[in-house]
Amino acid sequence: MPKPEILDPQGKAVHGALPRLGFSGVTDVRQGKRFELEVEGEVTDEVLDQVRQMAETLLSNPVIENYTVHVEDAAVGAGA
Amino acid sequence: MKVGVVTFPGSLDEVDAQRAATLGGHDVVALWHGDHDLRGVDAVVLPGGFSYGDYLRCGAISRFSPVMTEVIEAAGKGMPVLGICNGFQILCESHLLPGALIRNDHRKFVCRDQRLRIENNRTPWTSSYDEGAEVTIVLKNGEGGFVADAETLDRLEGEGRVVARYLDVNPNGSLRDIAGITNEAGNVVGLMPHPEHAVESLTGAGTDGIGFFTSLVERTFA
Repeated sequence: MPKPEILDPQGKAVHGALPRLGFSGVTDVRQGKRFELEVEGEVTDEVLDQVRQMAETLLSNPVIENYTVHVEDAAVGAGA
Repeated sequence: MKVGVVTFPGSLDEVDAQRAATLGGHDVVALWHGDHDLRGVDAVVLPGGFSYGDYLRCGAISRFSPVMTEVIEAAGKGMPVLGICNGFQILCESHLLPGALIRNDHRKFVCRDQRLRIENNRTPWTSSYDEGAEVTIVLKNGEGGFVADAETLDRLEGEGRVVARYLDVNPNGSLRDIAGITNEAGNVVGLMPHPEHAVESLTGAGTDGIGFFTSLVERTFA
């Protein structure tokens, strides 16, 4: 996500479009990115550390963006 | 001097940059994003365009191309590097320059003849200009809003590292009207406007941009 202090023109554009479509009551919109990574084997702390490194070096720009990493139900991926 | 101009997939302005460097009196070496060496150049220009389609973030993928490993190392040793527009974005993503470039605050692509003030003429790219010179150089960008935290902005201004500032209008929402900056050592310069498009009166608003390409020589013989 863009850091709170960073202007988010895309979010502003979306925010501006909502009332035009009849949706009211939204006070702000911020637009970010979501990456879904599938990894081999179990999601160990080591794997998570690596993913955080990926987030830090390539997936996000820490100068203007914050990121969070979380694990989604592995069974969903495995069963699909 | 031998000036290398890098072409990334999606670069647009490398031919103009090559031409401008030639007009500035240099031998031009075309470098490719996949190159693993800089082929003996004395300086590097990262041109404008949409390298790697601006995927992920502008400059984010170019920053990890093989040639950039060499550019980053050479820049660390003092080689002059000029990043124009997309090149500026690549330099920020490479952390050779602080801050970042985000989408224009008004959300539209902007293309205009932009008045600028050259505030730092002590870099190898700006020594042809008088300090405080007011010039007109074409600007064209969609993601040209320069941002950094207040502390970084204060440091840039305090250390005289703002190379160029927008005059008359702020075309893209850049904080403190910043159009270009340099690194601590002063050899790496990032600039959002396009001096390489302002080197011949036939095709531009004037020739105010040529100084960026003649400065290298003057510095060498100074």
